[in-house]
Amino acid sequence: MLATAIIVFREVLEAALVVGIVLAASRGVPRRGLWVAGGLAAGVVGAIMVAGFAGAIAEAVDGIGQELFDAAILFTAVAMLGWHNIWMSRHGRELAAEANTIGRAVSAGNRPLTALALVVGIAVLREGSEIVLFLYGIAISTGVGGLSMLTGGALGLAAGAALGTVIYFGLIAIPLRRLFAVTSWLILLLAAGMASQGAAFLMQANLLPSLGNQVWDTSAILTERSIPGLVLHVLIGYSAQPAGIQLVFYAATILVIGTLMRLLGRSPKLAAASGRVEAAD
Amino acid sequence: MGSLMRPLAWIPALFLAVAAFSAAAAAPQVTIAIKAHQFVPSEVSIPAGTKVELLIHNQDSTPAEFESTELHREKVVTPGGQISVFVGPLAPGRYGFFDDFHPQTRGHLVVK
Repeated sequence: MLATAIIVFREVLEAALVVGIVLAASRGVPRRGLWVAGGLAAGVVGAIMVAGFAGAIAEAVDGIGQELFDAAILFTAVAMLGWHNIWMSRHGRELAAEANTIGRAVSAGNRPLTALALVVGIAVLREGSEIVLFLYGIAISTGVGGLSMLTGGALGLAAGAALGTVIYFGLIAIPLRRLFAVTSWLILLLAAGMASQGAAFLMQANLLPSLGNQVWDTSAILTERSIPGLVLHVLIGYSAQPAGIQLVFYAATILVIGTLMRLLGRSPKLAAASGRVEAAD
Repeated sequence: MGSLMRPLAWIPALFLAVAAFSAAAAAPQVTIAIKAHQFVPSEVSIPAGTKVELLIHNQDSTPAEFESTELHREKVVTPGGQISVFVGPLAPGRYGFFDDFHPQTRGHLVVK
């Protein structure tokens, strides 16, 4: 039972951290609960389907179907997180300023929510499909009873969700003015970490060179199998033994999204307003 | 600005770039079985400095996930299914792998 709980906990934790950050990043946006719940539900349905077709997915495209699928959904999530950040760098300040004005933020808030709901769905789908396969394996093997398995699964789910909740409440304790700056950074690093994971899948499928199998090795200090290591792995893409290609994708993601945030970040209205202030000085 | 705000637009471009890297070079193959939650053999020797294709055949009735944090590899193997995982080129040394669904199921790649 405990072994089941631990494995489920690890998978749930990864998804729960993403959901916690997304919820914090969409604070003050009306109907965000509905969008995030929709993303969660779609993710669970998707996870069951992916688990059910795991064999077919693995055999597709000359045996690299699983890698292509994982890489495709990871890069989709990266694109969605990037889109959200670029959009927020343009509208975030207005959003924060108008968050108290009921109704004003409705139209402004809708666009990044579709992106964030998709990110939630993808996170749940990836980790959820592993949980489904794992629990299926336990269910059909003898030895562990059904009740024990369900208890272990529920314990793991609760513990993982609890840590996601801690992240969420930790983040929303930040004053609204600063919150979006913090969540933008978190989402940028989250995106970079996902891009680096996506690169690892393409490397595994022999589609990308490794550019050095281990650029550094900090596994003696912190492994990704430990809980702190896993949390850092999700949040900032920490890897104890990263391959060169992963670092390239990590840096490129930060560079591309960061540059677009800067280039497109100033809305004409705010730029004009600050221009006037400078002129007045 | 409109096209830049549409993130789906650059996903196909990314995959084209990836496909350009695709190399069909034949790598030597090594077969590892998963039998009664054991890797057979649990220690596999492969040459250093070359790409090697690991074929992992799950002979159990439960799904497994072949994983190695050292090698950044993770792939589900369905009951009775076989997967292929490319590793290397690697420097000499020992590299661990395990079944993420049964963490006691462990093995090593010995690169010489």
